[in-house]
Amino acid sequence: MDYQLTEEQQMIRDLARAIAEDKVLPVRAELDEKEEFPTQIMKVMGDSDLFRVFVPEEYDGMGGGVLDECLIIEEISRVCGGVALSYAATLLGTIPVLLFGNEEQKKDVLPKIAAGALAAFALTEASAGSDASNIQTTAVKDGDDYVINGTKQWITNGGNALFYTVIAMTDKDKGSRGASAFIVEADTPGFTYGKKEKKMGIRASSTTELIFDNCRVPVKNLLSKEGMGFIIALKTLDLSRPGVAAQAVGIAQGALEEALKFAKERQQGGQPVIQYQAVQHMLADMAMQVEAARALTYAAARTIDAGAKTYSKEASMAKCFASDVAMRVATDAVQVMGGHGYMREYPVEKMMRDAKITQIYEGTNQIQRNVIAANLIKETLR
Amino acid sequence: MNIVVLIKQVPGSTEIKVDPKTNTLIRDGVEAIVNPFDTYAVEEAVRLKEANGGTVTVLTMGPPQAAEALKQALSVGADRAILVSDRAFAGADTLATSFTLAAAIRKIGGADVVIAGKQTLDGDTGQVGPEVAMHLKLPFATYVKKIESADGGKLRVERLVEDGYEVLDIPTPCVITVVKEINDPRLPSLRGIMAAKKAEIVTWSASDLGDDVKRFGLSGSPTQVVETYVPERVKTGEMITGTVEQQVDRLVEKLKEAGVL
Repeated sequence: MDYQLTEEQQMIRDLARAIAEDKVLPVRAELDEKEEFPTQIMKVMGDSDLFRVFVPEEYDGMGGGVLDECLIIEEISRVCGGVALSYAATLLGTIPVLLFGNEEQKKDVLPKIAAGALAAFALTEASAGSDASNIQTTAVKDGDDYVINGTKQWITNGGNALFYTVIAMTDKDKGSRGASAFIVEADTPGFTYGKKEKKMGIRASSTTELIFDNCRVPVKNLLSKEGMGFIIALKTLDLSRPGVAAQAVGIAQGALEEALKFAKERQQGGQPVIQYQAVQHMLADMAMQVEAARALTYAAARTIDAGAKTYSKEASMAKCFASDVAMRVATDAVQVMGGHGYMREYPVEKMMRDAKITQIYEGTNQIQRNVIAANLIKETLR
Repeated sequence: MNIVVLIKQVPGSTEIKVDPKTNTLIRDGVEAIVNPFDTYAVEEAVRLKEANGGTVTVLTMGPPQAAEALKQALSVGADRAILVSDRAFAGADTLATSFTLAAAIRKIGGADVVIAGKQTLDGDTGQVGPEVAMHLKLPFATYVKKIESADGGKLRVERLVEDGYEVLDIPTPCVITVVKEINDPRLPSLRGIMAAKKAEIVTWSASDLGDDVKRFGLSGSPTQVVETYVPERVKTGEMITGTVEQQVDRLVEKLKEAGVL
């Protein structure tokens, strides 16, 4: 379908696709197998200016929008959702600075991100997943510093990022209004990495604990004001969800293409299996779902790029719909390919494993439906 | 170090069809790409520049649309691009092509190193690089797989030969042609692509390159393509069976018939 992309957007998409096919495709199976971080690919993406896309021009970026980002994430995910995540999580970790950073913080962080440094976003804890208000990590002001204590869990890019946006409680008595957001740099004393998780999918990405043990962060690293932590987290997730949707669209597209290619080649009963109508209908359903997910994702991204004031509903719809599609399409791709699809020699079993997380992270799809429903109710009250 | 890279835009397919009437390549409907071997030449030139300073000029002879190939080279680090384009250049064989490119290199003001791919995907002759060197009276090395060093007025290169490689010292200015083993070409950056898009491509016509017009294009090309065809494969093999003695007798008989014995 023609999504009326600008010349610049086509250029961004084509470059991302070239990187995916030249640099990611040859190593994706190995990165998955060895659970290895794609350091070299991140460097290529940095050198190719793909990290500049979402950074404003005044901070050495290219001032692109959410749709530009989605095109990059989709193209890399089409080949490997795990590699794409290391890139997308940098956007997630950078959004708090883009939205809430002061001039000094932006000058400090954004040019480095533009040049290819990675970032991470640290909200989740052992007892604070969907109920993010239950976080236990604390930040206590002491002179010119905040002293952070606690452990963050399942943090993407942990150990590989240069900047971490960390949500910690500055006033536990105030509940969710007592949280604040801090920029913590990688080599800050008192900040170390805990265990690296072993995951079902997206295994090229790094997921670790972050451990803060009397970690002193200068007061100037506080984003916005004390008490703004949850607002920052929610606004950040609203803006990053189209990126998860794009990751899901990319995984689904990759799975569809693999299934289609296989069905044309695989001979059974004296003919390619694509000649069987049962297979054709599965592929037709997969293609429809992928296109619908892409259309919704691009529409949500364009809504944000057009300057919408609120867009939680649209962002949640895109994330929820596209990730459900990715899971179904990847599962069906395995089915179309039968026993071959189940084998690690072919990429679709990995795509099925990679797809699952998109229904879970950055808010489970149950939480997304809560967000959508809450917005529907609010809209009808007006 | 000033480097000139010779590149060519070629059809992006190995199944190239020939027009049976004109004996020329059919280019319509075939995607045009930069000759893959030339991408290694561009990358090596940009690396030499990054290590030693200087400029990289990419040069091509071709129709106006060959400017796209030059822009691709600009997007990965070349500094300027020159398109040599004129109807007078049409129908050039390797001699006329190398004569024209050499004239353009002289007009550029020469170069410390001229780099080309080992051959093109369409013509496949591998002659243009060495011929440019002869026109310019420069030393040259073909099939270079590594530039070990580039200082003191010479290059030390490793040159692929059939059973290994040779290490040569070659004084600059010189011409080298490179093989794919020499590097892994970088992908462009977004800023590079955007700058290349806006870049102006200098175009030189026949009159810009001097008045020896007879040596350009078809009139400067002693090579005449009389006919092109895919050689027919005729299966003439014959299995000789029987006992060893019978087989030997039959073979000797056959060889006598063929006049070999």
